[in-house]
Amino acid sequence: MTTATTPNHTQLLTSGRSGRAAKLRTRQPLRLSRVLYSVLAIVIALGWVFPVYWMINSSLLPNRTLQSFIPTFVPINGSLNNYSNALENGSFFSALGISLSVTLIAVFFCLLFAFLAAVAISRFRFKGRKSFVLAVLIVQMLPAEGLFIAQYKMVASVGLLNSIIGVSVIYTAAVVPFTIWMLRGFVAGIPADLEEAAMVDGLSRTQAFMRITFPLLAPGLVASGVFAFLQAWNEFTVALVLLPAEAMQTLPLWLRGFIQASATRETDWGQVMAASTLVAVPVIVFFLIVQGRMTSGLVAGAVKG
Amino acid sequence: MSSTVATAPEQATKQDSRVARPRRRVPAPYFLLIPSVVILLIGMGYPLIWQTITSFQEFGLSQQFGQPAPFVGFANYIELAGNPVMWGVVGRSLLFMAVTAIITLAVGLLLAVLMTAVGKVVRLTLQISLLLAWAMPVVAAMTVWIWLFDRRRGVVNYLLDMIPGVEMNRFAWLENPFTFFMVASIIVIWMSVPFVAFSVYAGLTQVSDEVLEAAQLDGASGWQRLRFIIMPMIRPVIAIVLLLQLIWDLRVFTQITMLQDAGSRASEFDLLGTYIYKLGAGSQDFGMASAVSIFVLLLTFAISWYYVRSLLKEDEQS
Repeated sequence: MTTATTPNHTQLLTSGRSGRAAKLRTRQPLRLSRVLYSVLAIVIALGWVFPVYWMINSSLLPNRTLQSFIPTFVPINGSLNNYSNALENGSFFSALGISLSVTLIAVFFCLLFAFLAAVAISRFRFKGRKSFVLAVLIVQMLPAEGLFIAQYKMVASVGLLNSIIGVSVIYTAAVVPFTIWMLRGFVAGIPADLEEAAMVDGLSRTQAFMRITFPLLAPGLVASGVFAFLQAWNEFTVALVLLPAEAMQTLPLWLRGFIQASATRETDWGQVMAASTLVAVPVIVFFLIVQGRMTSGLVAGAVKG
Repeated sequence: MSSTVATAPEQATKQDSRVARPRRRVPAPYFLLIPSVVILLIGMGYPLIWQTITSFQEFGLSQQFGQPAPFVGFANYIELAGNPVMWGVVGRSLLFMAVTAIITLAVGLLLAVLMTAVGKVVRLTLQISLLLAWAMPVVAAMTVWIWLFDRRRGVVNYLLDMIPGVEMNRFAWLENPFTFFMVASIIVIWMSVPFVAFSVYAGLTQVSDEVLEAAQLDGASGWQRLRFIIMPMIRPVIAIVLLLQLIWDLRVFTQITMLQDAGSRASEFDLLGTYIYKLGAGSQDFGMASAVSIFVLLLTFAISWYYVRSLLKEDEQS
């Protein structure tokens, strides 16, 4: 529904024939330059992915090997020992639980609130609509790093430091503007005529919306939900400030604490890399599955009124 | 600006939207907005107001223990203005922001153009590499990069050392501010280029082929086609992407904090985010920390003002 006016990355990724890029390429007159470009692109690709490769490579190697001054580039004698050691560290599962709770609560309320707001601004014309859209835009520009002192004081004053509720409230507020922004693109992409036709057939406005528009909106809700999930899951600053207790760490805090703890001794890089992989791989997989939708939703939000 | 949402008198609105769209019931949109407005007021609005007020107060350790906070007018701001540490932080932050954002944009643009110039398989390879970097959670990415730049066993020093005539063995990147911020910038660029490259590539695929062909028939060179046709068409994308990069690069916090974990916490290694954090969470000087925060907010608005204004204009036209 958004592909008419905006590029869809999934399509671009999966089929070279979509979009005009394919046609652009057929006009390349020189074969030699094409080969040079390809070589350049491959070199850049390898360079760009190297840190990710290095994380996984190191996570499979025993610390003895990593302590050598000559790096091992292929994990021939690799094992999963670092992973079991990192997991035995205990607080991983507690951090996983806290991350999951905070993230799911924030995503649920974000989607609910943003959905209602997106419907309001893309299906109704009312006084204050433009101001609200503008406010949403501006709130996104507020740097979290400029507000955390006040958020800390506020959450502390109601006794919610080190609590899942405190962090969830701030996360919801922080992510809701972007979710509204994305969802409004999706809602606007579904023609209101469909609803009006259903209303002519005798449905009430709400019925028409729920039966016609809502099902069409499901992909948009999924995409925005995933985006909100990634934001909350990876968040570091607010968690650092609002969850000072060691027993209440989210995964990013756990990972940071992990590297700090091991830095006091000789850093156990194998274990730290295994821990990083544990935090990163689920996010990477999740992201790769949905990124096309995510970016096209993002662009749609920027383009559509 | 947002206050009009809450205070708009319902009577007047009823009339307005009756004229515009007779069939729609009027209070509905306001009810739909209530949850979002409430959560935004709690999570962002109230902190913003608190922060603004506190920036005009003396709010140090004794206030933490219940002393009333006296209003001191602009004293916090004046103290900041006369503080060389603050100016160092501001200068570094702006420089870091500009250098990082501009290199990110340049590299992203080049990669986007490269994507249009290669075959399908090569393009996919490049895109998947970029996606992997893009998807890495910041904290995980930071631990990997710190390991790559490790003084004794990091692969970066090892590889550089292999170049004849380069003596990089045991070079401590995080020990002097210049190389510290160079490393920070490299990491931020690595993480942000994918977003730019994909957005611009998406924009490039929207450029009309017919127009390009017509221009070519009229004798326009490759450079002229790029300069007069492609660039103007993807300018909106570039503008948004550059703005976002500037805002994000001004507020880098996680990256700097974690590099400081591995290197040094001295004030020469601070950017605005870590500076506020140290003033607030470290020295418990909430008055000063708030003043710096408000300064950062104003700085962000100054940077994005042009863009917000052009959006406002568009909104008026539609």
